[in-house]
Amino acid sequence: MIPAPFDYVRASSLDEAIRLLGEHGDDAKLLAGGHSLLPLMKMRLAQPALLVDIGPLRELSYVKDEDGYVAIGALTCHHDIATSPAALDGAPALAHVAGQIGDPQVRHRGTIGGSIAHGDPASDLPAVVLALGGTLVAQGPHGRREIDAKDFFLSFFEVALAPDELLVEVRVPRAPGSQWGFEKLTKRAADWAIVGAVAVRKPDGVGVGLVNMGPVPLRSTAVEAAVASGANAAQAAELAAEGTEPSADFNGSVAYREHVARVLVRRALERAGV
Amino acid sequence: MQIDITVNGTAQSHDVEARTLLVHYLRDAVGLTGTNVGCDTTSCGACTVLLNGQSVKSCTVLAAQVAGEEVITIEGLAGPDGKMGPVQQSFQDCHGLQCGYCTPGMVMAITSLLAENSDPTEQDVRIGLEGNLCRCTGYHNIVEAALAASRVPEMRQ
Repeated sequence: MIPAPFDYVRASSLDEAIRLLGEHGDDAKLLAGGHSLLPLMKMRLAQPALLVDIGPLRELSYVKDEDGYVAIGALTCHHDIATSPAALDGAPALAHVAGQIGDPQVRHRGTIGGSIAHGDPASDLPAVVLALGGTLVAQGPHGRREIDAKDFFLSFFEVALAPDELLVEVRVPRAPGSQWGFEKLTKRAADWAIVGAVAVRKPDGVGVGLVNMGPVPLRSTAVEAAVASGANAAQAAELAAEGTEPSADFNGSVAYREHVARVLVRRALERAGV
Repeated sequence: MQIDITVNGTAQSHDVEARTLLVHYLRDAVGLTGTNVGCDTTSCGACTVLLNGQSVKSCTVLAAQVAGEEVITIEGLAGPDGKMGPVQQSFQDCHGLQCGYCTPGMVMAITSLLAENSDPTEQDVRIGLEGNLCRCTGYHNIVEAALAASRVPEMRQ
């Protein structure tokens, strides 16, 4: 399978990439690792007229220990997050989840920025960034702005980035030594999650994220509130399907996904010490 | 567009369409057909090559994306005298293949795995090969070959 023809520009700077996005609007797509976009283009489900390759902007590949949070450059690949001392120390749940995505080859190319900006509800990273209470930093022609992760995912594959903005950094509160659990159900090793759940214990409570339980990555506020009011893992997990809108497909019905979500949330909570 | 890539240590320069996938660039432009196209959907790993030393699936990378970078294919593992590299030799010694279609991708994935973890357990190898499918062997001898290669002194350097 070969993508439809497109024009290709290798961005030499962030400013150039932003300018090209502004000039070409919806006709342009950013290309980073390409592990979400290229499969869609090969299937001809996406046919952008222009690809702006930001892969060479290596200055956007880093994991840094900042004051109170871990900052991850948008172009950092999953493998580099999974093996980064700063991530393993300050955001161990995120490092673990990054190391569970796809397979080693995918983790060598796929980037955190691409995974989050793509807005796929079946992706693992958005759920963990939501559970951690993360912040996304976007840059456009008028500078940078911070977007709370809970306000970022708008609808199916739609996120809060303007057409001329790009995601430059992901921030999660530093939580060294925090307890967490991540559970995902797949039929084959490298598959997308049929359902996934992540629970993270933080100083201000427990954060719970759900993978593939609706049109957008979800934070399970019902489970979080139950834990905050003293419910144990089994009691809180009974609420895991509240507020979700899972779809039915060949992997399972809506009722099946709701059941799996309750099981996985319970296990994730237990691993997180709830 | 003109693309310059170093393949197996040799500088290559070819005029290709922007939409050319790395696997087709290697096979059709450079003429190295050891890298196979399997599923063509980032699943099977038959097209695995090394990009700057790390395994990638070349069906899901544009040749244009790796301009100026270094690619190693299965053809790049043997010495100048044709002597097989340690992972290749282990596949022969352990009978790590049957039909052979997945083998180039398996060998490249294991080469990358051992570069990241020179002393893997059997479990490390099995997890490290999650991105490579074999429909003949049942994986047993492939895992044996990876473990045997990890014990070769030159792989532990």
